Amino acid sequence: MPFSPDDLSAIWLTLKLATLTTALLLVLATPLAWWLARTTSRWRAPLGAVVTLPLVLPPTVLGFYLLVTLGPHGWIGQLTQFLGLGTLPFTFGGLLLASLIYSLPFAVQPLQNAFEAIGPRPLEVAATLRATPLDAFFTVVLPLSRRGFVTAGILTFAHTVGEFGVVLMIGGNIPDKTRVVSTQIYGHVEALAYTQAHWLAGSMVLFSFVVLLGLSLLNRRHTRVMP
Amino acid sequence: MNPADNRIRLSLTRPDFQLDVDLALPAHGITVLYGASGSGKTSVLRCVAGLERAHNALVRIDGVVWQDDASGIFLPPWQRPLGYVFQEASLFEHLDVRGNLAYGQKRTASGAPAIALDAVIDLLGIGHLMQRRVQQLSGGERQRVAIARALATQPRLLLLDEPLAALDQARRQDILPWLERLRDELKIPMLYVTHAADEVARLADSLVALDQGRIQAAGPTADVLARIDTPVVLGDDAGALLHGTVAERDARWHLARVDFGGGSLWLRDSGLAVGQRVRLRVLARDVSLATEVPHHTSIQNLLLATVDSIATDAHPSQALVRVACGGAMLLSRITARAVSTLGLVPGRAVWAQVKSVALVE
Repeated sequence: MPFSPDDLSAIWLTLKLATLTTALLLVLATPLAWWLARTTSRWRAPLGAVVTLPLVLPPTVLGFYLLVTLGPHGWIGQLTQFLGLGTLPFTFGGLLLASLIYSLPFAVQPLQNAFEAIGPRPLEVAATLRATPLDAFFTVVLPLSRRGFVTAGILTFAHTVGEFGVVLMIGGNIPDKTRVVSTQIYGHVEALAYTQAHWLAGSMVLFSFVVLLGLSLLNRRHTRVMP
Repeated sequence: MNPADNRIRLSLTRPDFQLDVDLALPAHGITVLYGASGSGKTSVLRCVAGLERAHNALVRIDGVVWQDDASGIFLPPWQRPLGYVFQEASLFEHLDVRGNLAYGQKRTASGAPAIALDAVIDLLGIGHLMQRRVQQLSGGERQRVAIARALATQPRLLLLDEPLAALDQARRQDILPWLERLRDELKIPMLYVTHAADEVARLADSLVALDQGRIQAAGPTADVLARIDTPVVLGDDAGALLHGTVAERDARWHLARVDFGGGSLWLRDSGLAVGQRVRLRVLARDVSLATEVPHHTSIQNLLLATVDSIATDAHPSQALVRVACGGAMLLSRITARAVSTLGLVPGRAVWAQVKSVALVE
């Protein structure tokens, strides 16, 4: 057995975190990406920049501010304590919230690109065919931007699996609660358990390669279909 | 139904553009909105559809108010029973032809359909395309499907925005007969935007000439085309439209005679049937005038007419002369010097020599 029970627990937690993050982000990012793709508001540029920030910030910076705001003295921490939820740092909930923010641009940008590529015309056509805007969104925009959703989903999932700095800052490294694959590898290396580290690290390399290969095959198949 | 049941009055203000139109549409038939690009033709359609918000607007179709800013009524596009055919193929790429047709049809309030879907498919000859993917259709087929999709919603008004503009000449010729069928068989008004003179001559029952957001001339097509007081209309292609009936075919010389209100004209026989109603187009540059009967001329079509009015053409050397020929009007483009030399004035009897006549359907 190449994986210890600790390893398996970390893998399970990683998959759980990535799946939840992907599912929640696709729902949350859709209206945000739609707004960014369609608005002419002067808030478009600043908000677009804020959404992209996690892409360029060092994960430690993000993790640090999350730790401060979510902690007992931060304003979100005060709120969660007031609501009787305790504080989020060093819990799975805190890790999930951090992942949502950390992976936000990876969900928003493919969706925004897809929505922009569709343009306003199909919606106008749908409106002249008696479809309300909401109806048109679900029956025209969503099917036409399916590729954007697949890309957003894959990128978000893969990026969440690969996060390390934010996890370390906000999650600590608590077995079964916040210890994911990337931090588990770190632990193995610290303990000089190189064989264990090799198995996990190698799995990550393979996983990432398969994801990127799948993504590029998917994109190529779609461009071929286009006239 | 009386014509006042279809009224379109709207204004639209853009930083560099002001649109003001007031139209009454006939109960059925094609009304062509004609004008150069930037004259506001497409804006009129978009405002009628509610895709753009006109102000001070009244849109009443088939007696039903779609928009009346005076009483604060504005139906959004999806509540207006209209069909809209966009300039470029606007079919949904994620649906096949059948799916595209069904999209609007199943969102239309049920009730006795004025046009059954089968009849629409038949009318546009797209029965064999139903299972096709949209990507497999030619440009002409796409537009026919788009028209059918619009008609499947049982519209009270069909809006067509340069439906042939994206097609090459051969495809245009393919689809024009289908549009003529629509005009003759549908019992709803159609508002058709174009800047192509041949489409005007072939399709228009009535014509609205638009220039920089304002109506320059409006009325039955033959009347508007025969106007010379507005420099609108068709420029180099200025000319009259005549409605006539095929009266005789000359097998020896392969010619056909068409009688119209003011006489008859011989033209090339393209296999017409005697008794068939046809539209003839006589361009102003193909009509010359003489004050005496011209003898020994190669021109076979000679009509006795009366000068109705004379206007200066775009270039000062040219004049447009309108002559009345029975109930019909012909236009003649001659030099201003010829007008002076011949002493042409309104009321003067002239011989109009018609060098060329084109059959438009």
